[in-house]
Amino acid sequence: MAAVASKGHKVWNRALIGLVFVVLVIYLLPLYWISSTAFKPRNLATTVPPTIVFEPTVTAFVKLFTTRVQARGEPDPEEYAKAPWYEKQVLDSGERFIKDSEGKIESSGYWSRFLNSIIIAVTSTFLAVAMGTLTAYGFSRFRMPGEQDWLFFILSTRMLPPVVVAIPMFLMYRSVGLVDTHIGLIILYTAFNLSFSVWLMKGFIDEIPIEYEEAALVDGYTRMQSFFKIVLPQAATGIAATAVFCFITAWNEYAFALMMTNRKAQTAPPYIPAQLGSGITDWTVIAAGTFLFLVPVAIFTFLLRKHLLRGVTFGAIRK
Amino acid sequence: MEEQVLTRLDSGSTAARRGLSDLSIRNLFIIPTIIFLIVFNIFPLLYSLGYSFTDFRASVSQPATFVGLENYRDLLGDPYVWSNFTITAKYVLVSVGGQVLVGFGVALLLNRDVPGKGLVTTLLLLPMMMSMAVVGLFWQLLYSPTWGIINYALHLGDFAWLSNPDVALYAVALTDIWMWSPFVMLLSLAGLSAIPKHLYEAAAIDRASRWYTFTRITLPLVSPLLLIAIIFRTMEAFKTFDLAFIMTSMESTELIAIRLYKMAFQEWQTGRSCALAYIVLIMVLAITNIYVKYLNKAKER
Repeated sequence: MAAVASKGHKVWNRALIGLVFVVLVIYLLPLYWISSTAFKPRNLATTVPPTIVFEPTVTAFVKLFTTRVQARGEPDPEEYAKAPWYEKQVLDSGERFIKDSEGKIESSGYWSRFLNSIIIAVTSTFLAVAMGTLTAYGFSRFRMPGEQDWLFFILSTRMLPPVVVAIPMFLMYRSVGLVDTHIGLIILYTAFNLSFSVWLMKGFIDEIPIEYEEAALVDGYTRMQSFFKIVLPQAATGIAATAVFCFITAWNEYAFALMMTNRKAQTAPPYIPAQLGSGITDWTVIAAGTFLFLVPVAIFTFLLRKHLLRGVTFGAIRK
Repeated sequence: MEEQVLTRLDSGSTAARRGLSDLSIRNLFIIPTIIFLIVFNIFPLLYSLGYSFTDFRASVSQPATFVGLENYRDLLGDPYVWSNFTITAKYVLVSVGGQVLVGFGVALLLNRDVPGKGLVTTLLLLPMMMSMAVVGLFWQLLYSPTWGIINYALHLGDFAWLSNPDVALYAVALTDIWMWSPFVMLLSLAGLSAIPKHLYEAAAIDRASRWYTFTRITLPLVSPLLLIAIIFRTMEAFKTFDLAFIMTSMESTELIAIRLYKMAFQEWQTGRSCALAYIVLIMVLAITNIYVKYLNKAKER
């Protein structure tokens, strides 16, 4: 009787494991679809029924970084002969590059947006993590009147809806000339990430036994020295994890970037969707832009996998 | 004596007398952050509090005139704004409800010896790490009525997801469910894996039914973390801007954050939008308060 029950249990268990993989496939399908569209030739991107088997090309990526026009007829043979293979693919598809007066292909706005995203995300991450680590240490090792209230205040700044903050910030930025500047966005993202960084780092620093520092103090270190030479190296993993989280948040941010920038300091998130409305929609190019934008996030997610739970609960739950 | 109150480190040691004093270290470490947050978060909010009592428009150079509570009165009596709140409530209910069902369900499935469990979990968590704007963008490709794979896979013909006023809000919520169920799953998994095995063994010895085991052991022990997930997602869904703004632009999908954006940056009713921002802000702070309370409770366990 018992054996039958356990056999039934085993089959049930196997079925449920099978179901896990079904869920996984359904879950990853959207990501597979946008990634595969980036490598499709344009005429196969929006077919009915959807094209699943195709010969991957990088044409969409070439198009992503260049400006082009639709053209009829054969391309200029001399120009065609000189073009590298990846440009030939674009010419074959019936599009011509727009060139500047020196004959160089004009680049699209994507690269500068991508670069802006990197500059703004890296700088604001550095500031938020540096200040956050110090503050977390302060809260972890020293007493402060109204400590819980201060920590709540710090976290509550993170919860503010971006639009609510953006309205007065826009007015202030306008009066000091910070609209559409890198510094403007860096300040906003630093402020946004700072509270997160304090909470997460406090979790990490609380875990470092206080005895290490006390031993160092006995050995003649000052408090400052013990912080820099004992606590910081111990907290290295935590600092790295916090930095990656802050980077991803700044990298992904859309609302502030939409309201505070329009061209010079614009980051990738408001730029990529804006391509949808302009002219003829080429989904392979949009997919290529999306793919390049998502790859760093996917890599970082794998690096962070052990700290994700901690990260999404502001360091409160460690497992 | 004062130092004993100040530090958790050994304050009696000679180290406390070398270098900077404990008080100055603490202030040096904490105060810059607090000043930064006050200058760039609290000060702007005070600034907009002032404007919320005026008829200021940022698009014209006329000075603001004080109108008292008129903005607040107008907003609370405006059926249009109320409908924005109703839409938001509907959106929160559907998307958070869906996330709890899918997220908790998948966590229950995953809570066994699944081959490659770590990798499977990480892959499932990918969507929530991505930019909402970009997710909203590529779901438009999936939702396309003519060549989207969703209509193809479900044999829906040319069913319009995002241009149909009755469906669009739910289509956006579905994307949100796809993106954020992993969040609920992550917290539920942490709760499930913390349940001691011997409780289930005891229940098995007592021949307790599956349902009984689930409602009397699993659910109560997971609920603290599940609750944190629900409160946090409720707050985030309430604030949703990116996803709905990118995916559709219909009256039936105008969430409160979108209304606020339009009022401030398209209609340039700066004073009125500041008042609405304050109404939203108070609601968000109330939820934050509850959230932190449960977060601290979970921390103590």
